[in-house]
Amino acid sequence: MTTPLARPKRKNPLARTRLPSAPPSPRSRTAQGLTAAAAEGRFTLQVCAECQTVVYPPRDACPSCLSPRLPFKDVDPCGMLVSETTVRVTSETYFRERVPWRVGMVKLDVGPMVVTHLHGDTCEGARVRLVLKLDRRGAPVMLALPEQDTPDMADDPELRELTCDPKFRRVLITDGRNAVGQAMARACAEAGATIVFVGIADQWRPFPGDAAIKAIAQVEIVPLDLTDTDSVNELAAQNGARIDIIINTAEHVRAGGVTEGTSLTSARETMELRYLGLMRLAQAFGPIMRMRGADGVIAAAAIVNLLSVYALTNWPVYGVVSAVEAACLSASQSLRAELRPGGIKVVNVFSGPLETEWYQTLPPPKVAPAALAKAVIEALRHGLEEVYVGDVAQDIRARLEVNPKALERELGE
Amino acid sequence: MMEKSSPRAASTRQGYDGVVVCVPVSIPYRRYSTNSAHWWIGRALRELIAGAGLRLKDIDGLSVSSFTVGPDTAIGLTQHFGVSPRWLDHVPFGGASGVMALRRAARAVQAGDADFVACVAGDTNHVDTFRKTLSNFSRFAQDAVYPYGAGGANASFALIAKNYMNSYGARREDFGKLCVAQRANALVYPHALMKKPLTLDEYMTARPIADPIHLYDCVMPCAGAEAFLVCREDAARSLNLAGVRVLATIERHNAFQGDDMQIRGGWARDVDDLWAMASVAPADVDFVETYDDYPVISMMQFEDLGFCRKGEGPDFVRAHRFTNDGDFPHNTSGGQLSVGQAGAAGGYLGLVEALRQLTGKALGTQVADARLGLVSGFGMINYDRGLASAAAVLARPQ
Repeated sequence: MTTPLARPKRKNPLARTRLPSAPPSPRSRTAQGLTAAAAEGRFTLQVCAECQTVVYPPRDACPSCLSPRLPFKDVDPCGMLVSETTVRVTSETYFRERVPWRVGMVKLDVGPMVVTHLHGDTCEGARVRLVLKLDRRGAPVMLALPEQDTPDMADDPELRELTCDPKFRRVLITDGRNAVGQAMARACAEAGATIVFVGIADQWRPFPGDAAIKAIAQVEIVPLDLTDTDSVNELAAQNGARIDIIINTAEHVRAGGVTEGTSLTSARETMELRYLGLMRLAQAFGPIMRMRGADGVIAAAAIVNLLSVYALTNWPVYGVVSAVEAACLSASQSLRAELRPGGIKVVNVFSGPLETEWYQTLPPPKVAPAALAKAVIEALRHGLEEVYVGDVAQDIRARLEVNPKALERELGE
Repeated sequence: MMEKSSPRAASTRQGYDGVVVCVPVSIPYRRYSTNSAHWWIGRALRELIAGAGLRLKDIDGLSVSSFTVGPDTAIGLTQHFGVSPRWLDHVPFGGASGVMALRRAARAVQAGDADFVACVAGDTNHVDTFRKTLSNFSRFAQDAVYPYGAGGANASFALIAKNYMNSYGARREDFGKLCVAQRANALVYPHALMKKPLTLDEYMTARPIADPIHLYDCVMPCAGAEAFLVCREDAARSLNLAGVRVLATIERHNAFQGDDMQIRGGWARDVDDLWAMASVAPADVDFVETYDDYPVISMMQFEDLGFCRKGEGPDFVRAHRFTNDGDFPHNTSGGQLSVGQAGAAGGYLGLVEALRQLTGKALGTQVADARLGLVSGFGMINYDRGLASAAAVLARPQ
């Protein structure tokens, strides 16, 4: 049985904050195939294209037929925990600070034996299911979960180390004026966040949903304008050390392409809020979060970017917005690399058009703000790094995989 | 996993007639060393040449085993040491290095490719060497083992030991009996790093490392070197060297891929060949030097090398006494568990000790009237199991 997490006590200001240390992260290039799957919460192993042998650890030739064709494919993650041990002495600082640490060997039904981290509710000789997760350094690792869910299982220390669960964490929603920000605030409160800071620019200006958002017990309204460097820095100075998760909900959506339909002024505004706004957040909060990446059970954990799926390939109907989103996506990759030493995840959540006023003229399917919020909470709970929400996002992703050039042409028709 | 029968019948193994092993060399181990692996290997080579009564230029074959000699390999060492061999080998295969080097060198000498092969294993141990060796030991380890608690070999063998205990009813006391006996043997072996007696009670109450592995199940990493010389029997005689004869050897890698967990080593596949080639039976040997990185592996070797059947290891241990004056002298210098594990030299320790026992030159307790000895090697836990296994039956000079 997992011991439920107790609400963390107020931090002793005199006690030293535990600094982040890195779990061993070097991997072979081939093993990065697992990184891709772990980032999306899938369980893949290499499956030989010629003889169907399931292969692990990652190889460059099939051990049954020597075929070099070993694509990663989704496979059944179930098996049996054959042998377990509790590591008490280790030469790596990361684990020294976390022992005792259980690991074991799982015989997968699909064949391979897998060395894996163990959830506390697994036991030797019993059935388990493996999940692939990104560790605090962004490297893929296996974790064995009990076959059936158990009470409070998310609170298991080995699991929680691999996730960004909002429970008891403090979240900053950067813009609470829009429907997405408000849905996100509600979802975070429901997911057990202790404080949900909601940024509102120009607080004297009323906005729809104002009263409802303020009525949520965990919500604390804070002044925040992502286009204003001083505003971002001030919030970071006051509350930076109390923010474990940032969800950037700022949006600036205007239809129009590069030659017409968008003024340079509008393009600059989009860039100012979305791209430079992200940079302001990164510069003000990034260093503090990186220092707090190992600060107990409510260590700083994640920055969530809500991105248009057209960041991946431009949709000329929203040509300028797509371009700015692409800039944000590129910046997020840099941010990810910069925050990795602190164990902070950068979560990119891609969605198609939302069910909001700025996409009013578009036909369905569209993503409801509540659905987007739910997807973000799930991503945090599972420790994901890439999420595609809704039918449009899934469709774009699938078509990109098959033929990116065809997609570019078709979006331009 | 079914293995297809090979297209041709296995060839008959040729004997090692006319080849001997001599001049056992051990450079006393140190827990930590500021010197390089080159320094340790060089010292062993020097002592080997002096012990053999040879000159440096007489060495026309060189075999080197080391984990820490990088970026060099054996070829770089030829220039480093000023030797000009016409036969060269690099055998960085850990615990199987000793027997593997012996096999190769013996064939080279037998075929006339070399006259005097110096076989040397040595490693240094700087303060941070062990962690670095663990963290990039193999690609599979880096991708799929080390990130899981970074327990190194302790954690990997803990999983193997736990499974073995579950499968065959071995108890910690059984492992402890082997460790305690080895410590008794080590107390009179001058180079052993462990100088204090060990009781079963101390073994049982030692601090846990990775359950069921506790402190005294683990070897102590250290710096050191071991060496021996392989040459023709007549050459040894003319140099007045006591030459130990090689009756039989086996070597096998990545055996039993179909076993989910390692419950046996590659010896089990070739053991019949070993005893047939040696024309002796397990009961005939006077002492056994197993590769004891962990006592569970020694127990597996008793089974896989024919001293008892699979699963009878625990009973076998309960029924015998393993000190040098016992009925089954085992790891007669104390083994790595008590002497220390000097990297790849750990794979030479048993072989060098066997040479001493069979020539009546034991540095510790001499096994009475030792005529035949078995030496076994095991190594390279690449992913979930030790891949290399090797063994040799040796006989005292005629």
